[in-house]
Amino acid sequence: MSNVSLDASDSSKANEDQPQNNNRRRFLTVATSVIGGVGAVGAAVPFIASWNPSAKAKAAGADVEVDISKIEPGQLIRVMWRSKPVWIVRRTPELLASLANHEDQLRDPNSEVEQQPAFAQNRYRSLKEEYLILVGICTHLGCSPQHLTDGDFAQYAEGIPEGFFCPCHGSKFDMAGRVFQGVPAPSNLVVPPYQYLDDTTVLIGSEAETA
Amino acid sequence: MSGFLNWIEQRIPMMRVANMHAIQYPAPRNMNFWYVFGFLATIVLVNQILTGIWLTMNFEPSAERAFASVEYIMREIDYGWLLRYMHSTGASAFFIVVYLHMFRGMIYGSYQKPRELLWVFGMLIYLALMAEAFMGYVLPWGQMSYWGAQVIVSLFGAIPVIGPDLVVWIQGDYVISGATLNRFFALHVIALPLVIVILVFLHIIALHEVGSNNPDGIAIKHKKGSLPESEKTKWEIHEYYTSKYDIADDVVPFFPHIVLKDLIAFSVFLFAFCYIMFFAPEMGGYFLERPNFEIANPLKTPEHIFPVWYFTPFYAILKAVPDKLFGVIMMFAAIAALFVLPWLDRSNVRSWRYRSGLHKWNLIIFALVFIFLGYLGGTPQENWKITASQFATVAYFGFFVALFLYSKHEKTKPVPTRIPK
Repeated sequence: MSNVSLDASDSSKANEDQPQNNNRRRFLTVATSVIGGVGAVGAAVPFIASWNPSAKAKAAGADVEVDISKIEPGQLIRVMWRSKPVWIVRRTPELLASLANHEDQLRDPNSEVEQQPAFAQNRYRSLKEEYLILVGICTHLGCSPQHLTDGDFAQYAEGIPEGFFCPCHGSKFDMAGRVFQGVPAPSNLVVPPYQYLDDTTVLIGSEAETA
Repeated sequence: MSGFLNWIEQRIPMMRVANMHAIQYPAPRNMNFWYVFGFLATIVLVNQILTGIWLTMNFEPSAERAFASVEYIMREIDYGWLLRYMHSTGASAFFIVVYLHMFRGMIYGSYQKPRELLWVFGMLIYLALMAEAFMGYVLPWGQMSYWGAQVIVSLFGAIPVIGPDLVVWIQGDYVISGATLNRFFALHVIALPLVIVILVFLHIIALHEVGSNNPDGIAIKHKKGSLPESEKTKWEIHEYYTSKYDIADDVVPFFPHIVLKDLIAFSVFLFAFCYIMFFAPEMGGYFLERPNFEIANPLKTPEHIFPVWYFTPFYAILKAVPDKLFGVIMMFAAIAALFVLPWLDRSNVRSWRYRSGLHKWNLIIFALVFIFLGYLGGTPQENWKITASQFATVAYFGFFVALFLYSKHEKTKPVPTRIPK
């Protein structure tokens, strides 16, 4: 059996006994640490930045043009924008009128939390009242809620025939994407930036330049 | 032969390390079945690394090909199905043995002074293991892979100010996409396994430095010169230990005594493992969830989203809190509370054998609450479950609060200085 060194203290002689210049050594230690630290931070940049979306991913996230002339009243269509489902719903006048009736049950009826471009901070959360445009992803944990119509929604919210219900954790939203109270989702559904290119074409992804 | 071994020994300390850490390592002789799970966890780790390497030989980490390549492994590679089921069953087995290993540490007070760092290294392994398992689950690119990742990654979006940008950075895209899959693959097969292996190494080094605890929580190392020759162990123990302490006649050498006991446990474990692997690899949808047999579809959310069973207790805590940011904080606090366990327990008595009835009940209720939370987090949402998970969350944290309060002046039984015969 070879001898095992068990005493760790024999290598830690008091500094004073050793032939060294402590001031010089301290300066060199600090200088080396600072330069080395800067170098390490610089070297970390490519590793961290490479996790950003690539040029390809950014291109795939470009704006989407949608023709809305074929949507029937009451109908919901889904389009993809940045690989997210975006809903476009053509709301009936009765539905628009009913939105005012249940505002006492909502968490944020006036859309005070910034979940929409400024133009959509109104009761209908849209540029044109008739067309509701939302990102169809629950603000709780990213599931896609279901569009329940013809009274199916009433089992989750009494007296309200139509709305969005998230099957994951039971969050509920009305037909303006406003969240109900007492559900896990903290805020209203997101309204993406969009603009009308003409009466029947909407561009999702960017707002019109304010004139 | 001995000439050759000497030649090696003079160049690298092979026998010295083997003697110090196995052949002449003093293990308390009263170690019971609770002490096999560390060994089993090591075995499972080896299984995961080995089968994982083989799976990467045919897996293709891209959004277009991942799902199909897993099917290819299952159907067309000879024994591909077996390698994959060894890996997927191994993942669940890993958490089963790790949870039992952790509970062992809790009931016998193995986290107490001087084993605080040993416990912290263990918790770091647990944390790395959770990240490893989560990323591994994303790789088959099924529906639950995708939507599970969506839920977990969006947790980071709850962080104020930097949250949304952080999510895009983690995903490498505006949504979970092939870019996310690829980086999770890299982390799952290289980065995290490396971290886990290093942490396991540190865990064992720390264990051998402070020595193994035992069901009585009684020290086997005594102050040098405090034991008469008759009470010292007759076994040959490495001088690394005997030169610093008197080792009581309460130990056996780790090899072969403990190793043989561990091998018995391993054979029992193999029965259970093989049974599940061959007859119930999906475990009724708990080990491999059914929606994951469908390819990821960003436009269609599965009806229910659950993480795999080993995450469900924390998922239940997340869901119990109505506020998103606070829910995320509570979930991470649930793990953080375990980290600081050595400092919450202020008792000097380790094992529950010598501690108060209150402490025993606190531990048992904690274990039951943890299982109950797992049930709540892993089954479809119902109204009563919201209230139940809120109560269970309070009970979960209540364990730590109660422990901190009563442990200082706890009425304990007298602890013998030597392990009872």
